[in-house]
Amino acid sequence: MKLFEIQQLLGASQIWGQHCLDREVATACGADLMSDVLAFTKDGALLLTGLTNPQVIRTADVGGLTAIVFVRGKTPSPEAAEMAKSLDIPLFSTPCTLFEACGILFSQGLKPCPPREGNSVDA
Amino acid sequence: MPEEPGLILEFPLEHYRFEIAGEASSKIKQVVRQLGVNAQTARRISVCAYEAELNAIIHAYGGFMRVRVLPDRTELEVTDAGPGIPDIEAAMREGFSTAPDNIREMGFGAGMGLPNMARSADEFEIRSSPENGTWIRMLVRH
Repeated sequence: MKLFEIQQLLGASQIWGQHCLDREVATACGADLMSDVLAFTKDGALLLTGLTNPQVIRTADVGGLTAIVFVRGKTPSPEAAEMAKSLDIPLFSTPCTLFEACGILFSQGLKPCPPREGNSVDA
Repeated sequence: MPEEPGLILEFPLEHYRFEIAGEASSKIKQVVRQLGVNAQTARRISVCAYEAELNAIIHAYGGFMRVRVLPDRTELEVTDAGPGIPDIEAAMREGFSTAPDNIREMGFGAGMGLPNMARSADEFEIRSSPENGTWIRMLVRH
């Protein structure tokens, strides 16, 4: 699913990244815990979140995420928006709740992130 | 035995400096990508670095990260002089966290830090004591 389709489906405004609307997203994750994002997403996923601090942007960069949608009409702090620009991560804001936004995208065929890869943790 | 050559990157990690938290990990990812490491492996290296970086910043009054990039692998070593981890076995369990509420409100403290490191690395070693703080070594094969 392309970012412009996601924007339309969620009635989202674009905070930054007009040139990125053709980028493709295969999977998505809704989360407010950043280590969960890193544990459960794959490269290229979309993140839907209610958190707006710069660490969300940093997490997206580390995790290789394609874009971030802020839910409940939230917008990022100026520092976070600047960081997103410098790291080329498009940002959107939707009036939907996290539950609604995930439901809409899921019902339109966007897939959840697949089971985790990597080494098992047997401690 | 002399150490193998490689690209060395070193980063001091400062306690509660959240405004720069993760900069080291972004830099490491950028460098290994430029050196030709594939995206998936670069992500694993970056996740190892980021979780270690945040742990040092949140729990350990800061620390130090040293990264060595070799043709076939990247090694990360993180040391701190913090209070140590009293129960490493518990800390390795997903969901176990001692992060305070103000840290959780920032989106951290999921109890996934050490498990994420162990899962992302091909080799993971941790030692910790109240006297000497925590030492973590991770190796990711390219």
